[in-house]
Amino acid sequence: MSAPLRESRLTRRFEKLKEKDRAALVTFITANDPDPAVFRQLLEGLPTAGADIIELGMPFSDPMADGPSVQLSSQRAIKVGVTIDDVLGAVADMREWEMDTPVILMGYYNPIYCYGLAEFAEAAANAGVDGVIIVDLPPEEAEELNQHLRTNNLHMIFLAAPTTDGVRFPRVLEQASGFVYYVAVKGVTGTKSANISEVSARVAAMRTQTDLPLGVGFGIRTASQAAEMAQFADAVVVGSAIVDIITDGIDSEWRAKPGLATRVLDFVKDLANGVQAARLDSAENASTGVDA
Amino acid sequence: MAEARNTYRDGPDELGHFGLFGGRYVAETLMPLILEVERSYDAACADPSYAKELESFRTTYAGRPSPLYFAERLTDHFGGAKIYFKRDELNHTGSHKINNCLGQILLAKRMGKTRIIAETGAGQHGVATATVCARFGLECIVYMGAKDIERQKPNVFRMNLLGADVRAVDKGSATLKEAMNEALRDWVANVDDTYYLIGTAAGPHPYPAMVRDFQSVIGDEVKVQMAEAEGRLPDTLVACIGGGSNAIGLFHPFLDDGDVRLIGVEAAGNGINSGEHAASISGGNPGVLHGNRTYLLQDAGGQIRDAHSISAGLDYPGIGPEHAWLHLKGRVNYVSATDEEALAAFQLCSLLEGIIPALEPSHALSYVQKIAPELPSDHLLVVNLCGRGDKDVFTVAEALGSDLGAET
Repeated sequence: MSAPLRESRLTRRFEKLKEKDRAALVTFITANDPDPAVFRQLLEGLPTAGADIIELGMPFSDPMADGPSVQLSSQRAIKVGVTIDDVLGAVADMREWEMDTPVILMGYYNPIYCYGLAEFAEAAANAGVDGVIIVDLPPEEAEELNQHLRTNNLHMIFLAAPTTDGVRFPRVLEQASGFVYYVAVKGVTGTKSANISEVSARVAAMRTQTDLPLGVGFGIRTASQAAEMAQFADAVVVGSAIVDIITDGIDSEWRAKPGLATRVLDFVKDLANGVQAARLDSAENASTGVDA
Repeated sequence: MAEARNTYRDGPDELGHFGLFGGRYVAETLMPLILEVERSYDAACADPSYAKELESFRTTYAGRPSPLYFAERLTDHFGGAKIYFKRDELNHTGSHKINNCLGQILLAKRMGKTRIIAETGAGQHGVATATVCARFGLECIVYMGAKDIERQKPNVFRMNLLGADVRAVDKGSATLKEAMNEALRDWVANVDDTYYLIGTAAGPHPYPAMVRDFQSVIGDEVKVQMAEAEGRLPDTLVACIGGGSNAIGLFHPFLDDGDVRLIGVEAAGNGINSGEHAASISGGNPGVLHGNRTYLLQDAGGQIRDAHSISAGLDYPGIGPEHAWLHLKGRVNYVSATDEEALAAFQLCSLLEGIIPALEPSHALSYVQKIAPELPSDHLLVVNLCGRGDKDVFTVAEALGSDLGAET
């Protein structure tokens, strides 16, 4: 296993939430979706609405692991020409007024590869990014990027899937840092609902193999689903359900209708309430005691 | 990586890399599956009964070996090199695609998979996949770009007759690239029972190596047939390249025969300088897509560009990783031919040889037209006629008519 990174915004956030005995809410939106102005409103509002970690999508023309929701948001971003520099610029801008909320970038490998691996890692660190998730970069191929991320104290967050068994999981852990992102469904984003008991069993099994925080994402669409996952997971990721509100809140020319940002942030508040109350509820129900 | 090699035929390495290229760039959900495909393929290769079964189907079902034919009238017409056709268009289903499908369907059966998915561009791979699925009684879903469905209607109908579920993909350029994205998404969602039968020598390891192995029957046969016909090795081999499966199949057995010149012909569409082409090596640069690192058509930000070719089978913004490596090594010379040049060769071959070639090998034929006249009459040139042109008659009719009107 590679050496852990120095302390970071991300590790501090997980430590703090562990003290409070609650899970982190991770919210996903695609950078500059649906336009830079609304996107900025969202970034400004997310921490107060209850997003503990902000996950930003870097658009790619061929998002092979994403369902229709995220595909659409990616297309919208590409149509207006969103580049890696735009994404990093938005994060740097956010760091002017928000220093504590970790930002992780989610994307596919090719745009980063074209940007230059060392250049990307340095620019992302300078912008105030805390970690990256590269969907199509499994541990077998990740070292060429990860060496540069480590140099810049950036976390490389790896996915574990329902198909990742106990024999393979250590391979994922070799390079993982920050947290492990458990993909709760066999499928692309936003298309299936996660099965709570299956996910809970897998998370419990993974805990015997790592001390890293364990996040759960894919197939979590409502505050009550988020709350259920938050009883045992260290982080709950909601993406497509948020992106769908953006998709519903724009007109046929992809212009934001009034009140879009408020609707997104209200939904995030609901999610946050669910996640924050999750273990209180479960304690009241004298439930299982699966706390980390 | 140490480069102390005296062979071009020992790739890829254990991680699926051909030098800088290849590899496995897929979501974690698929990784365990891809590793299982690799293990199963290795086990199959070590089992003589697998090779025996494949050989039997090649002979009695696909109709191999395909003939090596001396194209006398084309040779006379060009007045230079002695031109041979490797007649892979005579295979069952009308193209080289059946070579790969037989190998992979027998593997899928060994793995206990019951549902087969595939992507297709021209429909040749879709037809070959639907064919073997019908033969082995397996469910078959073929993803095909909506634009390709439009221009390859005969093949869509054939797939339906064979019992396949052809699903239109209308995203992006609605061609092969999007069909492959959709197939990968299907696979992620159906990992338990589904086998992804990739049609070209690209995608994540082990597919590029596996597809190459199945297609190498082409080059192996040429070696034997040319020895019988001329008593020696050929001098030049020419094949068209989309993903590059027919080309790698022809070239691979000859890679270490240093005197044999190898030429891959990419689709230049409306010309490399027009930006509307499908020539990943001539007009692209290295990147990562669909599970492998290779040459891609992309913009400066790494977004994949739409390819263009009159030939649906070549209309793809990437190329198999072994070709990318062979290009870098200088072992294969990659050139290109435009839509217009391919159309001319399509007509010439039909008129002079009584063989209507597919638009894909018409690209190879058009390059032959460029080099053959300059070569001596004892120069043995083999062009891989990897598909027949029945599927293309509508496209060609429209293109020829369009010389008088608009449309491209």
